[in-house]
Amino acid sequence: MTELEYLSIGKAHELLASKKVSAVELAQYYLDRIKQHDNKVRACLYVCEEEALEQARLVDDKIAAGKEIGTLEGIPYTAKDMFLTAGIPTTAASKILEDYIPPYSATVIEKLNKAGAILLAKVNQDEFAHGGSTENSAYHTTHNPWDSGRVPGGSSGGSAAAVAMDFGIFSLGTDTGGSIRQPASYCGVTGYKPTYGLVSRYGVISMASSLDVIGPLARSAEDAEIVLKAIAGRDEHDSTSIELELQNLAPANSCTIGLLGSYNDLEQVKNFTDAINGASEFSEKEFIDPALALATYYILVPSQISSNLERYDGIRYGQSTNQANNIYEVYAKTRDEFFGPEVKRRNMIGTYALSAGYYDAYYKKAMQVRTILCERLDKLFEKFDVLVMPTTLTPAFELGSKNDPVEMYKTDILTVSANLAGIPAISIPAGVDEKTGLPLGLQIMGKQGDDAKVLALAREFQQKTDWHTQVKAIKR
Amino acid sequence: MPKLSLSEIQKVARLARIELANKELDKMTLEVGSILEFVDNLQSIETDGVKPTSQVTGLKDVWREDIVVNCQIPREVLLSQAPDVQEGYVKVKKVL
Repeated sequence: MTELEYLSIGKAHELLASKKVSAVELAQYYLDRIKQHDNKVRACLYVCEEEALEQARLVDDKIAAGKEIGTLEGIPYTAKDMFLTAGIPTTAASKILEDYIPPYSATVIEKLNKAGAILLAKVNQDEFAHGGSTENSAYHTTHNPWDSGRVPGGSSGGSAAAVAMDFGIFSLGTDTGGSIRQPASYCGVTGYKPTYGLVSRYGVISMASSLDVIGPLARSAEDAEIVLKAIAGRDEHDSTSIELELQNLAPANSCTIGLLGSYNDLEQVKNFTDAINGASEFSEKEFIDPALALATYYILVPSQISSNLERYDGIRYGQSTNQANNIYEVYAKTRDEFFGPEVKRRNMIGTYALSAGYYDAYYKKAMQVRTILCERLDKLFEKFDVLVMPTTLTPAFELGSKNDPVEMYKTDILTVSANLAGIPAISIPAGVDEKTGLPLGLQIMGKQGDDAKVLALAREFQQKTDWHTQVKAIKR
Repeated sequence: MPKLSLSEIQKVARLARIELANKELDKMTLEVGSILEFVDNLQSIETDGVKPTSQVTGLKDVWREDIVVNCQIPREVLLSQAPDVQEGYVKVKKVL
């Protein structure tokens, strides 16, 4: 049989179109991999084997009938459990949505479905995407494919682990403060957060509505771009969604590169400057104190969470307490019984920050600092087309090593700014840590709408280096 | 900002409609306190006269035609997810 390990979308498409591999064979290859290897990483929450094979048969019928197939037709993928999938369980890794079967699918799932992509499994995450390690899943912990004693990152940890383990060719994730990029960095894959609004949020479980974006985790920037083109665009069901011309990508040599000068001794930064010429440094002062961006984030996000999670009331859908004597207890006891500790904490912080007497000191203040941060970035983007910096300051940390919530929050220190400003950012593998043998991610940001430039530079780096292919060497 | 007292945490829990056991309250008081301490450095930033940013798209007044679009999903499918249903309606405990 043809070699199927770690196929790119383009290569898989070629195999399908030339009838060297059937769509059923391809789907079955990944389903078998999940069966054989998922016990080592526990990336999956629900495998939709029957549905996947059924869809694959339809693609094979089309090929047999001599019809041309699209780029994503027959391409197997996984999706974080934040995406509603009609008829297929969706839990957001929370007990409050245990056994929940959505009556409709998210717009992005519909779009991929129409494009003929095949959903293999729903994958693990931190509960409601609250976390940076996937340890906050109410079901089980996912392990890093490179080292099972370490976290895969989060909150899209199941997606990153799935791509790294070759459970499907790409995965859909969500990113509110780094939840696509940080796990991509920890698992040695490419993770892309588009401009805010470029991809519809309809049917995706909400976390912080003014920051949430949807994007792919994939083998390469090239694959990420293919997925982006299939899922992007204005959606009448999401009034914050926008239409953007995703023109053919400009070559990166026409692009001015700014490099955050504080981290030049990090391996991934050295590898970047070795491969790509012409970057000029900017200082942290011109950027914004990352600790300040993080503090802004940890007021705005819990506040928006506390309002978005009000919908889990134990009445319309999801789990409900059987201990309640009145309507107040239906809400309060349901949330106590079925929300995990971090979800409760964020609800509490948000409720406090929005409560009478504190709104100005916290929420309004954070919105003002957000303005200052956006202005700083605007200034930097007058000088540079793209900004480059590490995605995270360390490789994946050990399971159970960050019990203090604040310590966990700090792993997002270089990723949150992109969400606060709504700008595109990508994490690409750019090195391997000498001491631990773990992958290191590099982040590229662009201004709003400049997704093409960000992807072009990432592609150029991946054409010149092979860090993104190191994932094939994982010992299993 | 001072750290929170136990009674303040109880008040916030009530506002958030989350019942917390006594044991959990102590832990929550500490953790919420330390997170508030962590975000406190924002107070050092001068923000007088700075316009707050609530969204970053610049979109304004996104309208659609005011026409009824029928829901394609059958009523039973929607109701099937509700914990308590009676005669085709979601059942709720007395509100008033």
